[in-house]
Amino acid sequence: MKILVCISHVPDTTSRINFIDNNQKFDTSGVQFIIGPYDDYALAKAVDLKEETGATVTVLNVGRAETEPTLRKALAIGADNAVRIDADPLDSIQVATLISNYAKGESFDMILMGRESIDYNGGVVHGLLGEMLNITSISPVMTLKLNGGSAEMTREIEGGKEQVEVAMPFIAGCQEPIAEWKIPNMRGIMTARSKPLDVIDGSAVDMHSDAGEYSLPKTKSGVKLIDPENIGELVNLLKNEAKVI
Amino acid sequence: MSIVVFVESSDKKVKKTSMEAVFYASKIDNNVIAVALGSAHDESQLGELGKWGATDVLLDSANKFDSGDLSLSASAISEVMKTKNAKILVLATSPFGSGLAACVAVQLNASLATNVAELPDTSSGFVVKRSIFTGKAFQNVNLTNENKVIAIKKNAVDVVENGSVINISSFSAEVDGEGKIKVKDVDMIQGDILLPEAERVVSAGRGLKGPENWGMVEELASVLKAATACSKPVSDMDWRPHHEHVGQTGIKVSPQLYIAIGISGAIQHLAGVNSSKTIVVINKDPEAPFFKEADYGIVGDAFEVVPKLIEALKANN
Ligand SMILES: Cc1cc2nc3c(=O)[nH]c(=O)nc-3n(C[C@H](O)[C@H](O)[C@H](O)COP(=O)(O)OP(=O)(O)OC[C@H]3O[C@@H](n4cnc5c(N)ncnc54)[C@H](O)[C@@H]3O)c2cc1C
Repeated sequence: MKILVCISHVPDTTSRINFIDNNQKFDTSGVQFIIGPYDDYALAKAVDLKEETGATVTVLNVGRAETEPTLRKALAIGADNAVRIDADPLDSIQVATLISNYAKGESFDMILMGRESIDYNGGVVHGLLGEMLNITSISPVMTLKLNGGSAEMTREIEGGKEQVEVAMPFIAGCQEPIAEWKIPNMRGIMTARSKPLDVIDGSAVDMHSDAGEYSLPKTKSGVKLIDPENIGELVNLLKNEAKVI
Repeated sequence: MSIVVFVESSDKKVKKTSMEAVFYASKIDNNVIAVALGSAHDESQLGELGKWGATDVLLDSANKFDSGDLSLSASAISEVMKTKNAKILVLATSPFGSGLAACVAVQLNASLATNVAELPDTSSGFVVKRSIFTGKAFQNVNLTNENKVIAIKKNAVDVVENGSVINISSFSAEVDGEGKIKVKDVDMIQGDILLPEAERVVSAGRGLKGPENWGMVEELASVLKAATACSKPVSDMDWRPHHEHVGQTGIKVSPQLYIAIGISGAIQHLAGVNSSKTIVVINKDPEAPFFKEADYGIVGDAFEVVPKLIEALKANN
C-alpha cells in the first residue's frame, strides 16, 4: 500500500503576524516554521497505518529549499521518502495542480493531508485534488480504519458527525482525534538524514488569482473591568453599550 | 447574466450563513439563483430566500446528494451555472461548502477564494478580502479568471431584507451515478444552536477544574440562548465533546457575544474567537492574556462570578 501525505510549512501557532514591503510581503524574520498542525495529524495517522500494514509513506510539500527541514522532520517522524515540488506556493489551485501532476503517475492508495493549512486557511486542496484526480475526497475526517479495499471514516458535519465508507483510493482532510501527534526520536532523526528527498520542478502552471496587499484586523480599544460585586453593571453594559443581549 | 448561490439547510432550516451568501450575491448581480440539493430542505423555508435577494430558487431533492459526495453535488451546480450562463458561484465557507467550492472551481476552470470577509472591490479587477492566519490578518486577492467561486465567511455582510418570498422550482440535475460515499450512521448533537452559527457563545476552560462543574456554564448559556464551547485541553481531557473545541485547531466562531470563563487566552485559542464582536472574560488571574483581547472583564473566581451573573441576567429578563 502506498500513502501520500501532503504537508504545509507554516508559521508556528505562537508567531506574531507582521507584513513588510508596503504590506506586500509576510515578515518571516524571527518566525519559526512547523509542519501544519492538521497535516501533523495526517502524518501521524499515516505512520500508524504503516506500522499496522507495512505501507510506504511519501511526504510531499510544494515549496522552496527552506521547507526541507520541515520535510526532514516528517521523515524523522516516520515517512519513508520525501518529495519537494520546487515552487513558491501562491494559491490553492496552483498547489493542487502541482500535486496532481505528480500523483497521477504514482497510483497512491490514499492521500492524506490536514483539513486546512493554518497560514492561508484555504481548506480546499483536498477537494481540488480529488476533482483533478477523479478520486473521492472527504473532509474533515476524525477517525479512519481500513477494512479490506475500503476505509471507514468519521466525518465531521456541521452539527454532528457521520460514519462513512469509501473505497480506495481516496483523499482525506484530517483533524483530531484521528491520531496523536508524534515527536521524532533520536533514531528517527538519525535515519531521516539518509532517507531520499527528491526535488521536482514546479514551474509552468496557469495561475487563477493574483494576491495583493495584506492587512491586520482592528485592535481592541482596551478592556473595561467590572467589579465582581457589581455584576449588574456588566448586564447593563452588554445591553445598552454593546447591545448584544 | 446571473449569479448562483449554493444553499445548505440544517434541520430543515436554511442556514444563516447561506442567507448571508444569497444577500452577498444580490449585491453583485440582480439575478440571484439559489440552488439547493438533497432531501434536507424545507420548501417554504427556501422560498423565504426571496427576502434576502434570491430571484429564483431551484431544488433537486434527490437523496443521492445526501451522502456528501462533493463531486456529485459540484456537477449539479456546474450544470446550473452553465445553463443559466452564470459566471459566479457564492456559498458559505463550511466543511462541505469549501470542498464543493473546490470541485466546482476545477469543473469550470474558475478562480477560487474561501473565507472571504467583505464584498468584492470591482474598481480594478475583482478583488476579494480573505481572512488568513486564522483570523490574525487579511489579504486582498484578485480573482482573475472569468468564472469565479467565492466562499464567504460568517458576517461578511449584514443582511437586510431586500425582496419578498418567492416560489421555488424543482429541477433534476443530469449527473451520473449515485456518488461514491456510503453513509452508515449519522450522529447529530443534541441542542439546537450550532456553534459555528451561534450569535452568543459561552465558553469555559481548564479553570473550571472538572466536567462536573459545567452545570453553571450550561445554565448561563441557556439564559443567554447561547451555544456552549470550550478550550482544547478541556476537550482533550474529554471533559467536553470534541465538537465544542474552539481555536486554531478547532471551530472558528464569530458571534456577537463570546464569554470566556477560566480560559487563559493562549494565542491558539484566540485565533478561533478573535472575530467575535464583543468579548467578556472572567478569570481569577488579572494577568491572564485574554484580558488584552476583551471588551469587558471581571477579575474573580468563576465559581462565585458565574452564578451571580446568571441571577443578574434572570432578573433582567
Ligand atoms: C499547535 C497547537 C494548537 C492549539 N490549538 C488550540 C485550540 O484550537 N484551542 C485552544 O483552546 N487551545 C489550543 N492550543 C492550546 C493552547 O496553547 C492552550 O494550552 C490552551 O488554550 C489553554 O487552555 P485553557 O485556557 O483552558 O487552560 P489554561 O491555560 O490552563 O488556563 C486556565 C485559566 O483559568 C483560570 N482559572 C483557574 N481557576 C479559576 C477560577 N476558579 N475562576 C476563574 N478563572 C480561573 C486561570 O487563571 C487560567 O487563566 C493549541 C496548542 C498548540 C501547540
